[in-house]
Amino acid sequence: MTAGEPLVRWDWVLGHADELWQRLLEHVTLTALAVGIGFALSFALALLVRRHRSLRNPITRLAGAIYTIPSLALFALLVPVTGLTRVTAEIGLVSYTLLILIRSILDGLQSVPAEVRETAVGMGCTPGQLLWQVEIPLAIPVIAGGLRVATVTTIGLVTVTALIGQGGFGYFILQGMQRFYATPLIVGATLSVALAILADSLLVLTQRWITPWTRATGGLA
Amino acid sequence: MRIVLATAAWLTSPAHWQGSDGVAVRVAEHLALSGTALAAAALLALPVGLWLGHTGRHAPLVINLLNVGRGLPSLAILAFALPVAFWLGLGLGFWPTVLMLVPLGVPLIVINSYVAIRSVDREVVDVAWGTGMRGWEVFREVELPLGAPIILAGVRNAAVTIVATATLGALVASGGLGRYIVDGLARQETGRLVTGALLVALLSITTEAAFDMLERVVVPPSVRAAQHPGTRRLPNVGTRGSP
Repeated sequence: MTAGEPLVRWDWVLGHADELWQRLLEHVTLTALAVGIGFALSFALALLVRRHRSLRNPITRLAGAIYTIPSLALFALLVPVTGLTRVTAEIGLVSYTLLILIRSILDGLQSVPAEVRETAVGMGCTPGQLLWQVEIPLAIPVIAGGLRVATVTTIGLVTVTALIGQGGFGYFILQGMQRFYATPLIVGATLSVALAILADSLLVLTQRWITPWTRATGGLA
Repeated sequence: MRIVLATAAWLTSPAHWQGSDGVAVRVAEHLALSGTALAAAALLALPVGLWLGHTGRHAPLVINLLNVGRGLPSLAILAFALPVAFWLGLGLGFWPTVLMLVPLGVPLIVINSYVAIRSVDREVVDVAWGTGMRGWEVFREVELPLGAPIILAGVRNAAVTIVATATLGALVASGGLGRYIVDGLARQETGRLVTGALLVALLSITTEAAFDMLERVVVPPSVRAAQHPGTRRLPNVGTRGSP
């Protein structure tokens, strides 16, 4: 970053096309794994909370406490145990999705009106049918909102895992900081923001597509 | 076990508590970074949020824009802040880190202040107008005290987020507790690494607790009494920034 140095050297971008592609794949894989595993875990925990109400506070408190730990600190604490590996990155990333996802799943299930539930029971739905065929479909808009926040947050947190040798586009940001070179810095940051916006838009479109009934009222608030 | 021993050994060495890389200095640096950023964020955000809440004008537009801004990854903001600070002649370390932290705090404070003023019972506000109060008086005597808990919750969320994220400043050569983590990773020194991580986590939790205590001092008893009996703690409106 010396005077007269352009903000972005386009020849650098062209010269690193292959590496950019590799880092994109890495960023997407790390994010998809974290959100996928996080969602499965949260879903199981949310169902557990539905059955045992008293577990709600301890579980959300614990997830909230984890969320308070700064990402760099959490990854650093895991390094002595699991090393500079993808496992370390995923443990941290999955832990951070829990608070957002558990809350949205529980809120989503709670948002189903009591009349709807009673009608379903009155029509002879078993508890399993009530959950899978009535409550969960109606909860999708709220759950999808949580998934969007979790995905965007995770894409941002993946950049931090560059410090433990992972990182996707975060790798370029770290490289730019260490070499004091603006191009990888700006390119890495711009691409990670662009990826977050793209993922968010895709999730909005998917949600509208699978819940056609929300379109008429303009979707969820 | 090896990890615990390494950390204990690091912590009990007196050399690690004194001097420019000692715990006391690093905590002080961390607080200086966070304090500067929080003060700047509050100075920028409180007037905007309170004004939006009082008038209600342009609010949806501003709030939506800030919600988009809240999703920006902090490391990406730091990446943009570094060249900006460099071109402004602010150098490395302290100022690029503050430049990253301020935009993290601003949306949290604006959104909560706006929600705080808007959530004041409209009938109470109408009565205040009806008794002949002027706009400024309605704001100062009614909206501000009744909205205080939620406004403060916004500042608390910003403070916790800023203290947590100030750690990243170590990547651009700032001081603070992030130094132990970044240096510990680079030197493969487990004791240093774990100490840094534990201290940052502890400082974030302490910050949150300190603001909860402040809330008890600042919020008038009558306002506290008026809250729903069922909700012991106030809702985390606007929620925290990402870790």
